[in-house]
Amino acid sequence: MAKRIDVSGLTAYYGSHKAIEDISMTVEPRSVTAFIGPSGCGKSTFLRTLNRMHEVTPGGRVEGKVLLDDESLYGPGVDPVAVRRTIGMVFQRPNPFPTMSIYDNVAAGLRLNGAYRKSELDGVVEKSLRGANLWNEVKDRLNKPGSGLSGGQQQRLCIARAIAVEPQVLLMDEPCSALDPISTIAIEDLIGELKEQYTIVIVTHNMQQAARVSDRTAFFNLAAIGQPGKLIEIDDTERIFSNPSVQATEDYISGRFG
Amino acid sequence: MSNAVLDTSPVDSADRGSDSLRHARLPRWAPLGIAVLSAALGSAVGLVADLSSKAQWGLIAALLFVGITFALTTAVEGVRQARDRLATSLVWVCFIAALVPLASLVWETVVRGIGLLDGYFLTHSMSGLRDLQPGGGVYHALIGTVQQVGLAALIAAPIGLLTAIYLVEYGGGKLARAVTFFVDVMTGIPSIVAGLFVLSFWIILLDFGYSGWAGAMALAILMMPIVVRSTEEMLKLVPNELREASLALGVPKWRTILKVVLPTAIGGITTGVMLAVARIAGETAPVMLLVFGAASINNNPFEGPQSSLPYFIWQQFKAGNQYAYDRAWAAALVLIGLVMLLNLLARGIARWKAPKAGR
Amino acid sequence: MKIADTIAPPPQQELPPQAPKPSKSARHRGDRIFLGLSRGSGIALLVIMAAIAAFLTWRTANALAVNEGNFFTTFDWNANADPPVFGIAVLAFGTVVSSVIAMALAVPIAVGIALFISHYAPRRLATPLGYVIDLLAAVPSIVYGLWGALFLVPHLSGLFYWMDDYLGWTGVFDYSGGAARSLFTVGIVLAIMILPIVTNVSREVFLQVPKMHEEAALALGATRWEVIRMSVLPFGRSGVISASMLGLGRALGETMAVATVLSPSFVIKLSLLDPGGGTFAQNIAAGFNEAGDVGRDALIASGLVLFVITLVVNGGARMIIARRKEYSGANA
Repeated sequence: MAKRIDVSGLTAYYGSHKAIEDISMTVEPRSVTAFIGPSGCGKSTFLRTLNRMHEVTPGGRVEGKVLLDDESLYGPGVDPVAVRRTIGMVFQRPNPFPTMSIYDNVAAGLRLNGAYRKSELDGVVEKSLRGANLWNEVKDRLNKPGSGLSGGQQQRLCIARAIAVEPQVLLMDEPCSALDPISTIAIEDLIGELKEQYTIVIVTHNMQQAARVSDRTAFFNLAAIGQPGKLIEIDDTERIFSNPSVQATEDYISGRFG
Repeated sequence: MSNAVLDTSPVDSADRGSDSLRHARLPRWAPLGIAVLSAALGSAVGLVADLSSKAQWGLIAALLFVGITFALTTAVEGVRQARDRLATSLVWVCFIAALVPLASLVWETVVRGIGLLDGYFLTHSMSGLRDLQPGGGVYHALIGTVQQVGLAALIAAPIGLLTAIYLVEYGGGKLARAVTFFVDVMTGIPSIVAGLFVLSFWIILLDFGYSGWAGAMALAILMMPIVVRSTEEMLKLVPNELREASLALGVPKWRTILKVVLPTAIGGITTGVMLAVARIAGETAPVMLLVFGAASINNNPFEGPQSSLPYFIWQQFKAGNQYAYDRAWAAALVLIGLVMLLNLLARGIARWKAPKAGR
Repeated sequence: MKIADTIAPPPQQELPPQAPKPSKSARHRGDRIFLGLSRGSGIALLVIMAAIAAFLTWRTANALAVNEGNFFTTFDWNANADPPVFGIAVLAFGTVVSSVIAMALAVPIAVGIALFISHYAPRRLATPLGYVIDLLAAVPSIVYGLWGALFLVPHLSGLFYWMDDYLGWTGVFDYSGGAARSLFTVGIVLAIMILPIVTNVSREVFLQVPKMHEEAALALGATRWEVIRMSVLPFGRSGVISASMLGLGRALGETMAVATVLSPSFVIKLSLLDPGGGTFAQNIAAGFNEAGDVGRDALIASGLVLFVITLVVNGGARMIIARRKEYSGANA
């Protein structure tokens, strides 16, 4: 249930503003790919083009090609709703549905896809919560509201919600930036486990995090404020952090800017 | 992670492997096409079955539209998409269903009112005219409305403004909470109740006669909470940094409010007051109980009966003949024009005076 | 406590008038006067509210003292007769029924329009639409009444015959002809009148739904309607309830639109389509000119009932709004 993503010549706009320009890359299945780069370089925007969330923003549109295995995400007749079901997403701030219980939060995506028997639902909810390393902490209060959990737990709840529908790919947009260090480690461990089954793409501000969790790292940069962001290079994480082929990458990684 | 649980997943994913990102969809023009078809069918059914009311035609067309859309989408796109389309078409139907009466209201008023509306109508009163006769005008009612609303604004604007200042700049205590709550409740007082209050207080207890002033007091009661609410909103928009900067310079609080806070918010406050004026200018009920309704011009709001535009419309409506109806429509057009003008002016001021940094 | 209170120098009143710095005492006097004025205005508002209740109660007591009938259960309104016999049963029935009809028609449509503006309409259309709704909220009620009586009523009898054909067997929709000046018509006009206010408040709430909740639903592969059902409606529910209650308050107290449209009578009928019935406000408007002293007091008594009802409804609505504010504030 992990698929490869092939991006070629992708450009995204907000209205008339070009946010990212001409990005091409391949994301391997069952691996973690990290996007790093200074603020405003378009890495989050790029992430959101991978499950067609970008076009939800008013004025957002995309040119270029994204292939999931061999199927184009932006092809004619493709339903963005189906795309988003296939490619899950975890956001910067934990966003469990505030009016739903923990159980209902995890079951929310499944319920959309039609009738499930209670026992079936129970199984998937437990499996997903275990998958998100949250089961032991919440198994006694599945009917309590999800908003009562701590930030880190909420974020793991959101991950459980995302994997409950068994997506092909899991996109994570700075999933730890709103969390404390302990919760961050919990999530990072979880990412390491999840990559056994999912293609994972993670945007992060934290280079140590990228180095810790990812197999491949993509560095994004922009020429100047207001210019579109570009992909500078993508390579094995080890290489990027030890011996990058572009000078700007090394400057960024060694803390000379950004 | 428990591997035992995860073992089931390959089966699931095999199941889901079949669902592609692509599925059959209705063409782009489908909603419009269905809308046209339903409208045609609705009219056809209406004509054939000889249904007299256009509302029935519309109802049939709307039902057809919703039904056909749902059925077609279920067949082509599946049930989830059909539900989505159903919601979309219902929302559109709601929107159109609401637009029709509101557009009709404006249209009827303009068409039926424009005929009589001329210089003569605006500059003459009903003095010496019987309801059954043609002619006459709204001058006396215009005078009454302007004076009563003006007086009401003179009472309500300062009290409302000061109350809002109290709530925002000094508030926080029990009293402020009580005032906030009752301002909210006061917003909902039926206008006729305000009229009854002034009636029992001013006319029954103090034994004064019917006058424009009595009406103005009732209007003021209706206006106060609106002014408080809008002013409060505006004052809250003034950034705290401005207040702190002024206080840090040693400017006393009352001067800070007068010289810094109020000038910053003045555009919004003016807008709020004008909207409140527009609101009470159309009130009929309290005026009906308190100003008695004169047919001739009375320039003194403190002595003797007056009229007002909404009251004039009510009187002419009750007279119940075609000449009176014509006058009622024309006066309604004048009233709507007045209220809309106030609204547009108020919004113009709001845009013109909007704090530049605020947005 | 505001920052300013902590900045202001301590005990003001203890400074004697001959304080060494006259400018300082002047400053305090200025502050005191200003505070007094603004606090006084706030108190004045409370006094007015209290006075309304007190005066209406006073006249009501007068009216009830001479009433030979039961104020709550009598079906007649002969307040000017000797002895006076009057009761609010018919008025209460008519007021509640017409308002309920108005709510039943207006709330779903208003929620639909609010969703249309907040989530469906193209952005270029959404702003002007909100603006048009604002303007419609400003149309005076007497104009709605005029339109209702002279335009809508003649156009409704066809629809009423139709309803009678298919639903007449219920008794509720029995229509025996004549001008359609009934409680149902009143309900329709009231629905149109409260549509803008319910729409506006609901729209505000829908627009406040945090983006991240909507995106959470979207990212799970929800259609637009599913996003609305999962994140917009749960978040906006209390807002819609309070909006409806504000609309209800408006409908309950509406005078002119009812007085122009309804053909009143002091009976309670099962049929909503046949003329007859009355509401509190309409009865006051219709009976005021012919009322003697007792008659006037009787009308004021019915006004007090209306006042209390709207007080409860509006107070309830505000309480829901206040609670929601705390709730969403804690969440933000």
